Amino acid sequence: MKRFWIGVLILIVVCLAGFAVYAWKPAIDPIEPPQRTSFDQALIEKGAVLASVGNCTACHTKPGGKSFAGGLAVPTPFGTIYSTNITPDPKTGIGRWSEAAFSRAMREGVERDGDHLYPAFPFDHFTLVSDEDNKALYAYLMTRHAVESRPPANELTFPLNLRFVLAGWKLLFFHKGAYREDTAQSAEWNRGAYLVEGLGHCGACHTPRNALGAERKGAHLAGGEAEGWDAFALDRSSSAPVPWTHDSLDAYLRQGWHADHGVANGPMAEVTGNLGRLPDSDMSAIATYLISRMSEPTPERAAAAEDIRKKLSIDQGGTPIPASATTGSPTSRGGAIYQAACATCHDGSRPQPFGGIDFHLSSTIAAREPQNAINVVLFGLPATSGRESPIMPGFAATLTDDQVADLLGYLRETYAQKPAWADAKTKIADTRSGKYRVSVGPSDGIERSPDNVGAKD
Amino acid sequence: MLKLNVNGTSHDVDVDPATPLLYVLRNDLKLNGAKFGCGLGQCGACTVMVDGKAVFSCLTPAMLVEGREIKTVEGLGTIDAPGPMQKAFIEQQAAQCGYCIAGMMMRAQALLEAKPDAADADIRQALEPNLCRCGTHMRILRAVARARDLMQGKSADNMAPAAATGRG
Repeated sequence: MKRFWIGVLILIVVCLAGFAVYAWKPAIDPIEPPQRTSFDQALIEKGAVLASVGNCTACHTKPGGKSFAGGLAVPTPFGTIYSTNITPDPKTGIGRWSEAAFSRAMREGVERDGDHLYPAFPFDHFTLVSDEDNKALYAYLMTRHAVESRPPANELTFPLNLRFVLAGWKLLFFHKGAYREDTAQSAEWNRGAYLVEGLGHCGACHTPRNALGAERKGAHLAGGEAEGWDAFALDRSSSAPVPWTHDSLDAYLRQGWHADHGVANGPMAEVTGNLGRLPDSDMSAIATYLISRMSEPTPERAAAAEDIRKKLSIDQGGTPIPASATTGSPTSRGGAIYQAACATCHDGSRPQPFGGIDFHLSSTIAAREPQNAINVVLFGLPATSGRESPIMPGFAATLTDDQVADLLGYLRETYAQKPAWADAKTKIADTRSGKYRVSVGPSDGIERSPDNVGAKD
Repeated sequence: MLKLNVNGTSHDVDVDPATPLLYVLRNDLKLNGAKFGCGLGQCGACTVMVDGKAVFSCLTPAMLVEGREIKTVEGLGTIDAPGPMQKAFIEQQAAQCGYCIAGMMMRAQALLEAKPDAADADIRQALEPNLCRCGTHMRILRAVARARDLMQGKSADNMAPAAATGRG
């Protein structure tokens, strides 16, 4: 028996030693910050486009702060993580990182000094990025304005504040690797897959996560969550009433809206704001790949979409509803609110994106969860500074929680022909109070919203 | 018949419940401070306060604000005894054509009631939904900063820098 326990002990020690060897990463020597002139201009320009694909600025810029200087609070179920400064500042940024150190961070999620990075930085996707593209990204970032700014320390609970624990996470969920071509598919499809699954990291928001914060492998692109918004499913369970096509997706991602689907809102607005910089071929490749993930719509879905198109061509103007928000059923109260407050824009003659979407077309109203609908009703869509943009006023100060619930119930029954969301009321209250935090930004997305928008202080 | 509480007075108004609050205020209650600008919640000329918050009265059906406290620019003071917000706008001569001013004042009032020590950046941010076509923005910002100081009981000689130094 004693021998058995000694055996167990040895096994534990060996395992721990093995883990330590696995977990330990060497520091890569700091370098003298490279001169701007040491980078080829074409490479920097290529890096700029790639940084748009990666949407780097969204997390690595604080609202109102300097680009790429970090410090944005990223709330996670495990605590708050602050994004890092990726400007070439030698003290607080990545000015002393060699290209090898940068590539390792992208490929393995390890800092220059050997610390493991939290998967809030989506290295599980970036691991697919080619050396060539990392080189261009490095050239782009190292030639930005250096900003001296140290982000606040992360607020994570024990033991997650210990970075070596992340090696365990990687052991369980991380697969290092370069992108592998699927030879059964076209070159365009492969280019799209490389961008979507790698640098684009669409799955980081659009795939649900497990209890340990890793993307669930069996539910790839089945719909996730980001900054208080539901990121809709991009697989066959897509809630879009009129199914996405290659062309509608291509146009939506480029311009941030499409007549069949409405305007990008929440964190997606940043994504589309950035993607407008891509060359046509890459945009088309992304659409080709994503459409293949959604697969052909079922005959029922196609028929339902056809119905909606018919409705839209006949039913301009809507059905007047006897207006009373205080009497009658919840649906009729909601209908009265819709007619009085929403129909001016959403049932008007102004086309999108400056007119409101007809809710027959709305993925938000047809979605599994009410969260995005709640966010939009309460907080609207703020204006973009300095140029014209779609906007919607928020109704948080006008509508009570009960009135929002009535309105959503009406929209749901009338336009999506689905029962009212069961748990809407609690979610409305939590969203309004700020217990559930939502980030709210303008539709072009690049300019981040101020800290105080989106919830009560 | 709707019962509306406006500037502390209860009114019974006989209107279609879906009528925008703005029309009720102007047509039925003859409170013409709030203005019709765009009717889409994009310009802010119609801004009034409901339960202490700024709302676009052109997009607010009257039925939704029954039993709630509505405040318009007329509720901030009178010609003989202007309130601190109105006084500050007069002092700074912040109106050109004046069409946007009632909305500006109400949104600023809502901000200062929620955040009496609002920084200049907060003021700028809060007034973002309200447009002015004349270009008096700098005076408007100064007036709001001045109102903040007046409400906090500060006299002219210890005003905040933005209120004291800017040029119009």
